[in-house]
Amino acid sequence: MSFLARHRIVLPVVSLAVLLALTFWMQPRAMSYFGLNLLFNLAVPIALATIAQMMIIMVNDIDLSVGAFVSLVACVTATFLNDAPLLGLLILAALILSYAAMGAVIHALALPAIVVTLGMSFVWGGLALFILPTPGGAAPGWLRTLMTVKPPVMPMAVVAAILIAAVTHLLVIRSGIGTVLRGVGGNSRSVARAGWNVTALKALAYGLAGLFGVLAGMALVGLTTSADANIALRYTLLSIAGVILGGGEFTGGKVSPTGAVIGALTLTLAASFLSFMRLSPDWQIGAQGAILILVLTARLVFARRGGAA
Amino acid sequence: MKRLFLGAATLALMTGAAQAGSHLQDTSDKRIALSNNYAGNSWRQAMLATWEETAEQAVADGVVAAADAYTTSENQATEQAAQIQNMILQGYDAIVLNAASPTALNGAVKEACDAGVTVVSFDGIVTEPCAWRIAVDFAAMGKEEVDYLATRLPEGGNLLEIRGLAGVFVDDEISKGIHEGVAEHDQFEIVGSVHGDWAQDVAQKAVAGILPSLPEIAGVVTQGGDGYGAAQAFDAAGRPTPLIVLGNRQDELQWWAEQRDANGYETLSLSIAPGVASLAFWVAQQVLAGEEVPKDLTVPFLKITQDTLDEALASTPEGSVANVSYALEDAQEVIAAAK
Repeated sequence: MSFLARHRIVLPVVSLAVLLALTFWMQPRAMSYFGLNLLFNLAVPIALATIAQMMIIMVNDIDLSVGAFVSLVACVTATFLNDAPLLGLLILAALILSYAAMGAVIHALALPAIVVTLGMSFVWGGLALFILPTPGGAAPGWLRTLMTVKPPVMPMAVVAAILIAAVTHLLVIRSGIGTVLRGVGGNSRSVARAGWNVTALKALAYGLAGLFGVLAGMALVGLTTSADANIALRYTLLSIAGVILGGGEFTGGKVSPTGAVIGALTLTLAASFLSFMRLSPDWQIGAQGAILILVLTARLVFARRGGAA
Repeated sequence: MKRLFLGAATLALMTGAAQAGSHLQDTSDKRIALSNNYAGNSWRQAMLATWEETAEQAVADGVVAAADAYTTSENQATEQAAQIQNMILQGYDAIVLNAASPTALNGAVKEACDAGVTVVSFDGIVTEPCAWRIAVDFAAMGKEEVDYLATRLPEGGNLLEIRGLAGVFVDDEISKGIHEGVAEHDQFEIVGSVHGDWAQDVAQKAVAGILPSLPEIAGVVTQGGDGYGAAQAFDAAGRPTPLIVLGNRQDELQWWAEQRDANGYETLSLSIAPGVASLAFWVAQQVLAGEEVPKDLTVPFLKITQDTLDEALASTPEGSVANVSYALEDAQEVIAAAK
């Protein structure tokens, strides 16, 4: 096997480094503590949402409701969590549990996740509109402080990205339960034969996705200071792209938490880079897609070579 | 007529430059950016065109160094927040903003203010206190529609309300004004309400759907972009055309002129002019020049009456919306009025 095929993390890292170098070259002002934070702070909630999506992709499903769910969490955070913290926490916990229940139902009834999550996205969206019919609310003070904290040496966005990657790496790659969860994506039957309750495992994976979705929504409100029922709809597709860009696969439980975080950073940076290039907005979505295809093609080419060697 | 307008704008500019010598600072090295969240309808297209016109002239006259327009590739608050952060990095002195959300951009706007960037929001305004707001009193616009109906239909009657896009602040505000107006003129009753999403085709379908269940309709209150579709729906159902308040779109004005010539149809058309972008430009320029500008400004809406219909129709390109471009002196007037 070639070096690249064995270390699937290399390609995402190289993509991010190249894009970062190009951005610094075009906009030297970005090459500072302040600049890096501005470039990447909105990538923190996207990274968390990407991790949520990764938990689902890890068990061979796909979640089309991440964006709506994060929007709902943002609305709860900006209203209940701010006005009545205890009630807010209860609601958020209930949301995580309902995510876990959704995973259990999907497995127990052998429903296609793509359909269930698409349906649930309208439920989340409706609840968000119900809680916050017009944009508003306010971020709890502690959350705002947390998201605007200025740690020494590295800006908050970079510290947060490293922290998220490290924690999820330990959880998904290093820990025993993480290995079993990836096993569900690899071959759920053999996991079941080994004596594991796959329904419970799927519920756990979905519950973890719910947890990271909640964290994403809270981080987002901490940055924007208030919410909007449509605030994070874009996260659904961004998170899927992030997982794949970071070296994950749709099947087989092959995911990389570090890669997913890097994928989220790359996607955010790609958008800024195109804006610095003064590319017309009509072309920007296309160009973002082109960057995505370029990276995936590179991956395929290396994987093929690795397979042949 | 446009050339005449530009001439007037240049003249205003020159007087502005003269004033700059007295108590205002020179802004010729300042750079202004327009952050726009959506470009997919005639109103926004006209808005961008007006901005470009104003900006080009201002740069040519040396009033500012640059005035670039940016539109996000998707109409999402998170996209626009990132766009604003990029503008801070690009070192713009002022950001003129038509916001995707009144609240969800507050974090990015605060970051801009903290970095010493002037932020002027218009049309879609932001609530962050450090930004300037050029707002339209949408509620007053809704109320004015009913007030006008009251003068035309003193007997009152049933009204059909066509609303905009659900969940959008502008829709809530206009509707609130309409309901206030109806409460005041109690001879009117709103018997039906549909969402037309500010688009003729959506409005036509929605009105056609609800019409069979409605009694006789005396008047239709709209939010702009939906009047022509409503008229078509009434026509297709074979019902008499009620008094429809229009929203300055070219197809609406065209239809109005045809009806007027055919049967003396009379109505009122009102909406916010996309040229408000040029007003926001000049307000930003004034702030950069050191003028004391109150944080909250109000822009008048553009009203077209029976008398001004022909003129408005002639100057509105097909598929577009009636427009007016604001000059520096207009901005100074608005600022003075708010002081």
